[in-house]
Amino acid sequence: MLQRLSHATVYVVDQDRARDFYVNKLGFEVRTDQTMGPFRWLTVSPKGQPGLEIILMKITSGPMLDEASADQLRKLVERGAFGCGVFETADVRKDYEELSKKGVRFKGPPEERPYGTETVMQDDSGNWFSVVQRPG
Amino acid sequence: MILPDESFRRLIRARDAIHARYAQALRLDDLAREAALSPFHFLRLFRAAFGETPHRYLTRVRIEAAKRLLLADAPVTDVCFDVGFQSLGSFSALFARRVGAPPSAFRRRLHSLPWGREQAWVPHCYLAAFSQF
Repeated sequence: MLQRLSHATVYVVDQDRARDFYVNKLGFEVRTDQTMGPFRWLTVSPKGQPGLEIILMKITSGPMLDEASADQLRKLVERGAFGCGVFETADVRKDYEELSKKGVRFKGPPEERPYGTETVMQDDSGNWFSVVQRPG
Repeated sequence: MILPDESFRRLIRARDAIHARYAQALRLDDLAREAALSPFHFLRLFRAAFGETPHRYLTRVRIEAAKRLLLADAPVTDVCFDVGFQSLGSFSALFARRVGAPPSAFRRRLHSLPWGREQAWVPHCYLAAFSQF
């Protein structure tokens, strides 16, 4: 059986900038940052979740993506076309205040939903994440 | 192209055969027989499902196997025949065309990079998709 998700990809426009965003703004930890020639393997995780590595993968043309597709993907990411996941937090209002002060972009202030209190955050490339505080 | 499950299962049998037997001579007829399809139909479906002809797929599997052996420092001539090529000249030329450097230069280039086998675990599919490794 497939047991757990260990890595997930988030496509980013600039890996230096993404590292700064995820580490210095969100407070995530770098799990791996290794450069092999033109290829850079950069992964981060929330502090409390070392078992899931978020791969901050630079959008670049290569065997899988031709130049035109890479350009399209970059434009789509920057345009905010992708929702990449959900982060849970113990205090979404505090996160919203603190991260907003650091320049993190949100769609709006937290709102009550049936499943908790939620806001939607954008990373420095344009990827969206839901940020949720579960009730109780 | 999304194929019906049964067609896809047949193609998978042929694709698995490529991965299991790439070191031997493999003809289109052999692979079509694995898939229980006519050669013509097999070729057409294979290309539709995987985006390349069976022959090109087989060549790619051989080149990938060659890269692994080259990294393990096997002699180029051994690598050539061990992965199913019949002539050193055509192997080197094909390798250079696909990878961007002939086998020996490819090995030198990899060995000159600042990474050892003990270093970070990077899933091969990412390396293969976004770099030449």
